[in-house]
Amino acid sequence: MGEASSNFDRAASTARTRLSRRKLGILIAGLVGLAVLPPILTSYWVGLLTQALIFGVLAMSLDILLGYTGMPSFGHAGFFGVAAYAVAVFSTRYHARFLVSALAGLVIGTLLGAAFGLLVSHVRDVYFLMITLALGMVLWGLSYRWIPVTGGDNGISDIPRLATRLGVSWSAPLPFYYLTLVVFIACGGLLMLLVHSPFGLTLQGIRESESRMKSLGVNTWLHRYLSYVIAGAFASIAGIVWAYYNGFVGPTYLDLTASSEIFLMVTLGGPGTLAGPAIGAGAIVLLKNVISTYTQRWLLILGAVYIVTILWAPQGLWNLGANRRPKT
Amino acid sequence: MNRKSARRLAVTFVLTATVAAAGLLAGQMAPDSASAAPIRVGFVAPLSGAYAQNGRDILNGLRLYLEQIGSQAAGRKIELIVEDDEAIPANSLTKARKLVERDQVNIMAGALLSSTGYALAPYIESSQIPMIYPVVSADDLTQRLRGKWIIRTGWSGSQPEHPFGNYAYNTLKLRKVATIALDYAFGWESVGGFQRTFEAAGGKVTQKIWTPVSVHDFAPYLAQVSRDVDAVYALFLGRSALQFMRQYQEFGLKKRILLIGAGTTTDEHVLPAMGDEAIGAITVLHYSAALDTPANRAFVAAYRQKYNKLPSYYAESMYTGAKWMVAAIEAVHGHVEDREAFLHALRTVKPTDLPRGPVELDEYGNPVENVYVRKVERVNGALQNTVIATFPHVSQFWKYDPASYLSLPLYTRQTVPPPPNLLQP
Amino acid sequence: MVYLITQTLNGLFSAGLLFLIASGLTLVFGVMRIVNIAHGSFYMLGVYVAFSVVNRTHSLLLGALAAMLVVGGIGFAMQRFFLRRFASQPLPEMMMTMGFALLFRDGALMIWGGDPFTLAYPSGLAGSLEFHDVVFPVYRLFVILVAAGVGILLGILNGKTLIGAKLRAAVDDPEMAAGTGVPVALLCGLVFAVGAALAAFGGVMGGPILGGYPGIDFDLLPLAFVVVIIGGMGSLRGAVVGSIIVGMIDNFGKALVPELSYFTLFAPMVIVLALKPTGLYGRS
Repeated sequence: MGEASSNFDRAASTARTRLSRRKLGILIAGLVGLAVLPPILTSYWVGLLTQALIFGVLAMSLDILLGYTGMPSFGHAGFFGVAAYAVAVFSTRYHARFLVSALAGLVIGTLLGAAFGLLVSHVRDVYFLMITLALGMVLWGLSYRWIPVTGGDNGISDIPRLATRLGVSWSAPLPFYYLTLVVFIACGGLLMLLVHSPFGLTLQGIRESESRMKSLGVNTWLHRYLSYVIAGAFASIAGIVWAYYNGFVGPTYLDLTASSEIFLMVTLGGPGTLAGPAIGAGAIVLLKNVISTYTQRWLLILGAVYIVTILWAPQGLWNLGANRRPKT
Repeated sequence: MNRKSARRLAVTFVLTATVAAAGLLAGQMAPDSASAAPIRVGFVAPLSGAYAQNGRDILNGLRLYLEQIGSQAAGRKIELIVEDDEAIPANSLTKARKLVERDQVNIMAGALLSSTGYALAPYIESSQIPMIYPVVSADDLTQRLRGKWIIRTGWSGSQPEHPFGNYAYNTLKLRKVATIALDYAFGWESVGGFQRTFEAAGGKVTQKIWTPVSVHDFAPYLAQVSRDVDAVYALFLGRSALQFMRQYQEFGLKKRILLIGAGTTTDEHVLPAMGDEAIGAITVLHYSAALDTPANRAFVAAYRQKYNKLPSYYAESMYTGAKWMVAAIEAVHGHVEDREAFLHALRTVKPTDLPRGPVELDEYGNPVENVYVRKVERVNGALQNTVIATFPHVSQFWKYDPASYLSLPLYTRQTVPPPPNLLQP
Repeated sequence: MVYLITQTLNGLFSAGLLFLIASGLTLVFGVMRIVNIAHGSFYMLGVYVAFSVVNRTHSLLLGALAAMLVVGGIGFAMQRFFLRRFASQPLPEMMMTMGFALLFRDGALMIWGGDPFTLAYPSGLAGSLEFHDVVFPVYRLFVILVAAGVGILLGILNGKTLIGAKLRAAVDDPEMAAGTGVPVALLCGLVFAVGAALAAFGGVMGGPILGGYPGIDFDLLPLAFVVVIIGGMGSLRGAVVGSIIVGMIDNFGKALVPELSYFTLFAPMVIVLALKPTGLYGRS
């Protein structure tokens, strides 16, 4: 895949050029909408939007690996789940305060990424896909069978809700939503800085042609490793917010289906960009929850949408129209 | 960007925006809350997957009773909204949110597995909506984790096992038992209850095997069962019960070792699909379709007529739960919007003529009811759970003093606490 | 002793079933470099189709034939009309198979409903064999033998015929291969169809024991991947060795360290991938 001239890579490379005015307009409209609309929506919708934002962060974190560095990770839900479990265990079993639990989630998730990264960063392409799948399954297996810590099938429920501080009940739907929005914007901003920095450009260079980067003297292994760790860290942030939103953590949040759903979000939305995965996450959260109230066949619709998208917009929805440009 | 791709982008955007707007608008249409409007009941249970049959039975019980009363109570129609959670706690939570926040139901009902029960409880409590748990038998929900809004009309997992442990020692004359059960709260609590009283009477549980809830194949586990026990105690339900029974026979254990266990293993939701391999199994539960009382005979006949098969305990559980709910609706004269009053009614009504026998809630909110020991027999060509012993008026604490019972820990995978102090006479 | 024998036989049974599933996956990857996320779905469709056929005809054999034909056909169509468009792009190909996996899952739910089931044993194969204290079901022995037979058959086809060579030519250099008269499109479609049919056959063989239920597709997929990774993608011998290793670890692991049963299954996969990503017998 390093030398490939596939549509996929071509589009992803052109997508990183300056955003067109149209796209910028859509983005700004979207952000304004997210900031302004919620007070007039019912708590159900606010909840759905909160979920979309959380998965948006998660999807963006996977895109660092998949879209920007060309490392297709199929076990990314593992970091999300581990961070959420860490929050759950610390807050329910050890009765830790919010800051301690959240920090535990971030630290444990990132350390896990650092440890796993050592095993996987030298592996490429399909084999990388397989090894990350396997690691995701290892984590799932642990969450499922390491019952004294994770509760197994029962999961961990009754995660303490955020306390009331400064007169605001942070666990109520609307305040929690805005908290999540702040986290989303902060993560998006940090990631944007990352992908436009020399480090980020190097990652994309590695995706295009690793051998070329090596010949330029770049330590490609180190870059891939760091990319993996950073992606894991941001996924952990999403996991922490999820734990407090949902109040419950169980093995299904990091199984194969979960990892493949994140993968879907990124590839549907548009890999190699930041807006793409966020949009993909929003689309899938809405599809799952809204379509399922009108028909039982939402999975069928999701599959069909996905196949159609791959056929006619293989670079994702956000990158539509970008494949015409020749590769520079 | 050239014109063609710009157009494509615009079309995509417009389509997405339209769908989103339509969805938002649809979601905004709040249901009419005038009192002539129907009473909304939100129901969640597995309707697909390994436990589909159990969930389906629960729904059948509910629908049967609603049909019998014309789907209305206290002058208002009753509207049922059904959601499938595939017995995955994560899904149960999502569906519950949808029912409570989007569909604005007045009361929730259902849930199958203990894991679902524990996962939903905090949400139900914080949403302050009454929920009937007809099946969920997680012990702690009416003990240390007792909540305000959950009404248990079924049982607690260890409740029937306490008298059964005694029965196994004194009547069945068993001395050494190996247990094999699903590895989650329901399994731990049932086995724990059995072990506590069985060992207090003088018996010994020599081996405890746990299988994952999603177990496919029992071969590796059955091979471990030591051959020199007097009985094997099994706890399974749904697909796993069917497979277990079959494989218990295939690996030669059926003819060597007596099979006893929790009632769900031979419950009527799977019994008709079993063959001779189930005959002779002795299990315990607070219901049997073969129970010979007028109320039960009528229930079984009505169920058979509508669904063309035997009712299982799952069906009876929600049938009773529905009776309970409707009795409460009538007690508040249909004003279910006053949730506190509705909750109070749910806790204080005393429905009678229930198929399983007399039921009363104890002061912790758990039913006190009969417990039946049943044996699988073939009668008139069909398998049934013949009642061979009855323990009347059994509470979740058995004969123990509630305070000292609760001071000891809950049954878990590893720990089975010693017997607490007996009730003062 | 009884315990060891029984567990070993259990392990071989698991290995046999795993081999049937994994052989199709490794074939498709070895020849066409496709990572088929829908491979578990083929297993699932196989057992579901057989369920319908067996209910009407009471013949497991007919069920197996029908399953292989139907699912093979679906596989052929999927490859010929959808996957071929991304012939040298592994990632979009894989994503396409993922989309199809979702379609298949919901399609099965729509057609057959959500109730779990098991297939009936064929009448000659019900019951158990007893040897001293060891009791083992006849059907499981049958599956072991059938799996071994399929393995031998595939080995002969692979090694002793020209098909393997033609296939490799078709994949490595389609234009050249077409120039020498190799029907590239047809062959690729057929290979994918055979892979699908093998998975479906596995589904039918496992039918009386594992049965079918919504979700079995994603339950078994990781296991198939583990076998193929450890054994080596594209290697038939690897599939055999891998399935035996995994079958044994799975059965003994569940008995000896039940808490870590999934860990014991996937950890070897991680180790193999980290040290030799192409697996024990895979080509580098």
